[in-house]
Amino acid sequence: MTGFWDQTSAFLYAAILASVPLLYGTLGEILTQKAGNINLGVEGMMYLGAVFGFLVGYGTDSLVLTLLSGFLAGAAGALIYAFLTVTLKANQNVSGLTLTIFGTGVANFLGEKAKMNAPLGTAFMSDRLRSFMSPMDLGAFSRLPVIGPLLFQHSIMTYLALMAGVAMHLYLKRSRPGLNLRAVGENPAAADAMGVPVAAYKYVHILIGGGLCGLGGVYISMVTCLGNWQPNIIAGQGWIAMALVIFASWKPLRAILGSLVFGALSVLRLYIPKSLIDIPAALFSMLPFVVTCLVLVVSSIRMRREHQQPAGCGVNYFREER
Amino acid sequence: MSKPPAIQLIGLTKRFDRVTACDRIDLEVNRGEILALLGENGSGKTTLTNMLSGIYQPDAGSILLDGKKAYIRSPRDAIRLGIGMIHQHFKLVEVLSARENILLGQAGLIRIPPVEAVRTFGMKVDLDKKVYQMSVSEKQSVEILKVLCRGADKLVLDEPTAVLTPQEILNLFDTLGKMRGEGKAVIIITHKLDEVMAISDRVTVLRRGQNAGTVFTEDTDRYSLTERMVGRPIDLEVRRAEAPLGQTLLKVEQLTARDPGGRPLIQDVSFTLRGGEILGVAGVAGSGQKALCEIIAGLEKPTSGSVFMEGQRIDGLSPREIIRHGVSMAFIPEDRLGMGLVGGMSIPDNLLLKTYRDQKGFLLRRKGAREDAVRMISQLNIQTSGLNARLSRLSGGNVQKVLLGREISLSPRVLITAYPVRGLDIGASMTIYDMLNEQKRKGVGILFVGEDLDVLLSLCDRIMVLCAGRVSAIVESRFATKALLGMKMTGLVTDKEDEYA
Repeated sequence: MTGFWDQTSAFLYAAILASVPLLYGTLGEILTQKAGNINLGVEGMMYLGAVFGFLVGYGTDSLVLTLLSGFLAGAAGALIYAFLTVTLKANQNVSGLTLTIFGTGVANFLGEKAKMNAPLGTAFMSDRLRSFMSPMDLGAFSRLPVIGPLLFQHSIMTYLALMAGVAMHLYLKRSRPGLNLRAVGENPAAADAMGVPVAAYKYVHILIGGGLCGLGGVYISMVTCLGNWQPNIIAGQGWIAMALVIFASWKPLRAILGSLVFGALSVLRLYIPKSLIDIPAALFSMLPFVVTCLVLVVSSIRMRREHQQPAGCGVNYFREER
Repeated sequence: MSKPPAIQLIGLTKRFDRVTACDRIDLEVNRGEILALLGENGSGKTTLTNMLSGIYQPDAGSILLDGKKAYIRSPRDAIRLGIGMIHQHFKLVEVLSARENILLGQAGLIRIPPVEAVRTFGMKVDLDKKVYQMSVSEKQSVEILKVLCRGADKLVLDEPTAVLTPQEILNLFDTLGKMRGEGKAVIIITHKLDEVMAISDRVTVLRRGQNAGTVFTEDTDRYSLTERMVGRPIDLEVRRAEAPLGQTLLKVEQLTARDPGGRPLIQDVSFTLRGGEILGVAGVAGSGQKALCEIIAGLEKPTSGSVFMEGQRIDGLSPREIIRHGVSMAFIPEDRLGMGLVGGMSIPDNLLLKTYRDQKGFLLRRKGAREDAVRMISQLNIQTSGLNARLSRLSGGNVQKVLLGREISLSPRVLITAYPVRGLDIGASMTIYDMLNEQKRKGVGILFVGEDLDVLLSLCDRIMVLCAGRVSAIVESRFATKALLGMKMTGLVTDKEDEYA
């Protein structure tokens, strides 16, 4: 019995670990889509965040600079996208896909180069830097039975992601800029007529969204890959985050829940004994997408306007168009 | 001559490509005054108001507000300067509530709390209702509240009455009257001359982008305004064409349809339509007109009941098969870019959409369609920059002519047309009525879903009144009155009291 409980507990803990980068990517994309832009570059921005976070961490040994450079790298990717779509009114899908291809290429190139230049052919972040990502000690909370180890022994980036989710929820629901942002995403012409600076809102939120994706990338290179650069480090997690946006029906709090579910699905394979179910690994990696399809079916049956994609998504706003 | 006018335009000009939409327009509005802006489609009214609200930048000329030169570079500037714009196409965020829509934008801009504005101007709006659950007139009230709460003292309303029922129009005019009483300057754009006469103090007429004169409303009448607007005298009388009544073409029996949620859209609708007859359909917006048209055209399936065309049952057939039976539909929805037209395509290509199936082979032959298009453009006097121009570049009225013209070019035997003159000016409307009368003389049976009761009464042979999806009366228009129709529309008269049906 204890064996089963240990196994379950380990599974849940691993699920939380795996959910964090997904949560960053999802929150970033939710913020972007709330501004009326679909950015298919989540994967690319996570790559940019991962590689620049890694390089800066490797070079400077500073946690603050690592996180900051990851955030800025993601935001810089988003800036390219925002300039193309908001200012030049280029097609959003094409721009986002290009960003993904660009980010993947840049990251793999720079990462491999750093690895080759390293003394032993493997570039590792220092143990000191990685120790910042070890579980935080939250005093009495961390020593609670059962839930203590499960919920209150995580790294700073896990709590940061949770706080970002809650903060985004409050921002969208309660604040005036949040209301304006929703209007920009739903009907930019209406927002414009009310004096909301549409382009500025889009830029700011696309950039912050990109920064969050970048933090997701940092998490992957620092925690998931233990501070070691690996080729194709993001491996499609950006796309899972895109699916999660739909799963969460554009709600930050549901994104927290959703990323847990998807995180659990992605590590499930490792915790189900082969003796119990023996199916190919590919079927397991398919699960998040199957679940997304099911959610799409269910949510389209419910057909509530509030739970759908912002109406202005995918269409660039041009004031003088008729 | 103490105070300068609230809004004064001097030589305002705006060009699009080679078209001059507004050509050196001078205009002024005083406080406590309602100015009606009158003009045909494409005469530059909307462009003018868009310059006032900061959406377009003028190419030349200046705008003076309360005697001071104003530069309106964005809608934000316009709001700051006290200009409140009520757009023809509502600018509302559908998933937000009325209150949220009003509070949008910068914090400091709200001068009057929404609740207070609702009370002051006597409007019927539930501030916590989501916009997508609202009726058209409620949405318009929210639009008006939006600008009032921002303390706008110069209001511009672009065709506010186009989508309202008669009762709602009276409510709107009541609100406008209160605004005039509060010393606000109001510009109202409308095509309906009766409304101009009823509400305005002065009228400015635009013709082809130029100011064709400003007159005091009390010194003028409908006929001289029309003449000024069109540039020539025009017959405003809508006439009923005389045509021999033909065979029964369309027979609808006990038609019932429900929406996906199970609420009835139409219930037990039965009527017949004969050749050489125009059957009008009157009703408050959303009484089932759309469902009725779509079922007959085969776009929707009825829950029960049947539709016969010349004795053959056609309900349940595909739209294409129904067109083969000679039933054609031209539906102008509220957004006006007609159903079945593609805004990004040219006129000939839009014509081809309905006829390409008749061509053999894989490649399209455009020649015939181009010839048809040229004929249609000259016959219906469609204003376009050329055959290859995208349809969305045409003004609303011209788009509607294309839609109706295409359906007629298929020589249908039954023509279903809904709101064909929605938003059209008087001249274009008369053209459309003439087109319908001509079809009637050819023996076509016409189902005419309309809004203007006066037009229904004088154009149609019979009028069917829909009330909440049911037929509340079918009357001979010669014996009917507006009052009767109005009561039938709102269900104020029970069937038993009815002597006219």
